[in-house]
Amino acid sequence: MHWSRKLISRLLRYAIVISTLLMLWKSLILATNCSQPILVVLSGGYSFHNLGDLLFVTNYPADSIRAGDVVVFRIEGRFIPIVHRVIRVHEREDGYVKFLTKGDGNSVDDRGLYSVGQLWLEREQIVGKVKGYFPYLGLFIILLSNLPLLDRLLLRVVT
Amino acid sequence: MHSFLSRANTLFAFTITVLAVLTTGVFVSTFFEEYRGTVSIGAVRPIVKHMTDFSANRKKNDLGVLQLTLDMDLNPLFDWNVKQLFLYLVAEYVTPANTLNQVVLWDKIVRRGEEARLSFHEIATKYYFWDDGEHLRSNNVTLSLNWNIISNAGRLMHVRANGSTSFVFPDQYITSRTASPKPSGQQ
Repeated sequence: MHWSRKLISRLLRYAIVISTLLMLWKSLILATNCSQPILVVLSGGYSFHNLGDLLFVTNYPADSIRAGDVVVFRIEGRFIPIVHRVIRVHEREDGYVKFLTKGDGNSVDDRGLYSVGQLWLEREQIVGKVKGYFPYLGLFIILLSNLPLLDRLLLRVVT
Repeated sequence: MHSFLSRANTLFAFTITVLAVLTTGVFVSTFFEEYRGTVSIGAVRPIVKHMTDFSANRKKNDLGVLQLTLDMDLNPLFDWNVKQLFLYLVAEYVTPANTLNQVVLWDKIVRRGEEARLSFHEIATKYYFWDDGEHLRSNNVTLSLNWNIISNAGRLMHVRANGSTSFVFPDQYITSRTASPKPSGQQ
């Protein structure tokens, strides 16, 4: 076979693998209604999250967020999402709801982490609720994510 | 073919596979478990103060103060897939401003192996009971204890215990500073 044909054939095989993985990831995003359905824990600061754990996150609108839920949220202008627990919920009759969060190991709430002047979290800033958890599998993913292309395709990391 | 590295590689891959299958098995084996239980909660001497909330909007909001009496036996909840329990006590109430309010007043982490038969007598709430507004007087508040099952692998479940209790705040503010003890916890 001509060398260019072999090369193209090989490239196409890689492209199929990568695009399949990408489509699986996008389908997961659709199925969970969440922009980050799987998160890898990068730091061991939180009470039960150790380095390398995988968190499964969903964001169904009918699944209301209540006190005690562990949520993933992102502050305006910050890239890294935070995984903390909701400690206060105030919902108005018109449906507008606001939340206050706090890390389990912290003695103060997260107001110091929010934007300047922001006292409450709004629904749009919450990426989803943590529904499940698989230990240590993320360590393998962290190793994999050192390849730059895979890092962008597969997973985001969380502090 | 039989070099040290290739053997080590095979062994490593096999170990990882076995661990993954075991972990999934642990997850599946407790998937349908409900983790229900009953506790007894008492709200002691609830009062309402009207003070400036410096941690929030710096306006005057209602601050509820009460002591808690809790009794629970959590031993039946610990199975092989429960690493720790995160207990939290939620006060839920309705005000004219907000149709739903939930405030966590107290929480505790109970790890597997620690004392799981807990009894607290008239302890202060761990967190301040601020209302988003000034509607705590004469308000009927429901206290319920919940636990978050933190497993070795699997679903992160939140279960509300049987045995929630309700109380009503008095209809007058307390203005004397010596009327009740300050809650411990956050500033």
